Amino acid sequence: MPGNAMIAPDYYLLLSLALFTIGVIGVLTRRNVIIMLMSIELILNAVNINLMAFSRYYGTVDGQVFAIFVITDAAAEAAVGLGIILAFFRNRETVLADEMDMLKW
Amino acid sequence: MSHLTMPHLIPTSIQPYVLPVLWGVVIVAVLPLLAGYIVLLERKVMADMQARLGPMRVGPHGLLQPIADAVKLLLKEDIIPHDADRLMFWVAPLISVTMALLAYAAMPFGPAFQIADLNVGLLFILAISSLGIYGIVLGGWASNSHYSLLGALRSAAQLVSYETAAGLGLVSALLLAGSLSMREIVQAQYDQGEWFVFSVPIGFFIYLVGSIAETNRAPFDLPEAESELVAGYMTEYSGFRWSLYFLAEYANMIIVAGIATTLFLGGWLRPFPRFNDRLPGTSVEILDALPSLVFLGVAAYCFWLAPKQPVKIQKLVMGLVGGLCVALAAALAGSLFAPDAVRLGVHGGFWFMAKVMAYLYAFLWIRFTFPRYRFDQLMRLGWRFLIPLALVNLIAVAVALVVSQEWGWHPRVTTILATLATLSVAVWLASSDEKHETAIRTADGE
Amino acid sequence: MALSYILFAFFATVAVVSAILMVTRRNIVHSAVSLITTLLATAGIFLQLRGEFLFVVQIILYVGGIMVLFVFVIMLVNLDISLRSVQFNRQKWVAGVLALVLGAQVVFAVWLGSGTLRLPPRHLAVMPARNTEAVGQALFSQYILPFEIASVLLLVAMIGAVVMAKRRV
Repeated sequence: MPGNAMIAPDYYLLLSLALFTIGVIGVLTRRNVIIMLMSIELILNAVNINLMAFSRYYGTVDGQVFAIFVITDAAAEAAVGLGIILAFFRNRETVLADEMDMLKW
Repeated sequence: MSHLTMPHLIPTSIQPYVLPVLWGVVIVAVLPLLAGYIVLLERKVMADMQARLGPMRVGPHGLLQPIADAVKLLLKEDIIPHDADRLMFWVAPLISVTMALLAYAAMPFGPAFQIADLNVGLLFILAISSLGIYGIVLGGWASNSHYSLLGALRSAAQLVSYETAAGLGLVSALLLAGSLSMREIVQAQYDQGEWFVFSVPIGFFIYLVGSIAETNRAPFDLPEAESELVAGYMTEYSGFRWSLYFLAEYANMIIVAGIATTLFLGGWLRPFPRFNDRLPGTSVEILDALPSLVFLGVAAYCFWLAPKQPVKIQKLVMGLVGGLCVALAAALAGSLFAPDAVRLGVHGGFWFMAKVMAYLYAFLWIRFTFPRYRFDQLMRLGWRFLIPLALVNLIAVAVALVVSQEWGWHPRVTTILATLATLSVAVWLASSDEKHETAIRTADGE
Repeated sequence: MALSYILFAFFATVAVVSAILMVTRRNIVHSAVSLITTLLATAGIFLQLRGEFLFVVQIILYVGGIMVLFVFVIMLVNLDISLRSVQFNRQKWVAGVLALVLGAQVVFAVWLGSGTLRLPPRHLAVMPARNTEAVGQALFSQYILPFEIASVLLLVAMIGAVVMAKRRV
């Protein structure tokens, strides 16, 4: 069948790494908490690409099952995280991480 | 499809792609026109149910009304609200229309007319439909107006809630089908000899209600009704952008009708698909010959009515309708004597379109019969009635399947028992909700 | 060029470009839409890796569920002030350099190990033809315990989210 060539796993690893690095930069450098959460979702997606690539190269579905669990966890974490952001916003009217400093001395 | 031989002029490397691309072009070209005429049909049916005539001026019996509407919408001024986010304002109707049209890629319109038979075809269509929410949410937000944002958020909340219920209703039919590929689902209905609506009627009901809410149709059309919130997320859109949203809504209606037809109403199978008795002396099955006879009867009725019309143009149109019915009957009858592929293709396409039209007529009928739900009533119905009912239905059907496989009971017996159990749970849910509602009201009233 | 390479190149480019757009946009809604594009490109990569079930699951759950949640919350906490304030915090240069160093380390490791991966021979590494059935089988037989734990996790998250977002506890 045309297009059946298997691409070397290195490319998927590098793509996964690129997305992971961008996600890490997003979490560490942005002030807005919502964008930090979205960068975390990006990191989880990078991990999923990695898992799927190796699942394909070993010919098993274990990687895909693990990826499903990662997606499930991402959903749970996003829900709770956004609930926290909403609750905080109702109290303090801000979503910037720098301004969430009430526990500092 | 393997019976159709490709001309040798087409190189082999692109041969698998020619037919799907052709079907894709046909769908994208025909759909806007079809959506326009479904709008006209809706206005005529609404008029009929309200004892009036509907559009009659533009063209004979208003048949050119969609063309006039399209020309008007294309020529309207393109207004963008002040301070609106231009990129999102431009992209939002695009997302709606793209997702609505993309879902047709996995929809089978008959045994010979499907762009791609995916392994996960049903889930693909559900996934693409769930992407259509972004068209609404981004459109409402980008309009920079209170009505739009509120309408968009309400509409998105409604879609997400009823998507879950509709999906669970579908899964109860999937249990019987055993596969996610649309073609194999219809094949399973052929193998079991009956449409799934007779095995899981409650699943069909749940999907019916869920699909009405999915497409923002009455009685769940709060987000876009004219007497509420102006027009919801579509308030600030005018002209061509609005017509894109409109096209997306009607294309979505056809998609959900197609899913319901494939899953519950047997797809392109005729009623009693395995009843093979033939007309004496021929190789034609009785049930295959029936549609042609029915259309001939309708044509005869049209020709009998034609001279009784008051105006000459109406006589002409009635005669034309009769002629169309005769042509359809001839096509259906003629294909009976053609090679198998042609016969299956023509009859399959006819039955599929007939069932889709029947489902759409049910949509229209329900729209003009029931009053609109208030938003909190809508959400309560979705979360506190439909989703628990869908879960109970799913468990009941699963138990019925296992029991019929392990203990050897007849599947009909187990599915009827499952249906009765689910019905009793439904009655209990509805009554307990009502008691809760009256309790809240009396508590507030004190 | 084989179709696989073209598809991979297309989806990979879209994913990386959208990811970069996501972390650099000033407008949060544009950021969210860029993340949606990244997730769709990732779903395309899954499809290219013959993972059809995960392709649709990614779209239904991630794009059609989680991102809708994000967009809802963004619209509820939308502040004009956050559009005009400084977008990046004080440690941006140090963080950027550290992340790039981390990335370079992993690139080095991949380059070192490239070609030495002991994969099963090509004719054995064939994915099961019916992907959804295979995933379902594995999920309900071998991985049934994580499945149940995941369902409890989802229940906990549901309760947590409802409690956090209520107006009066």
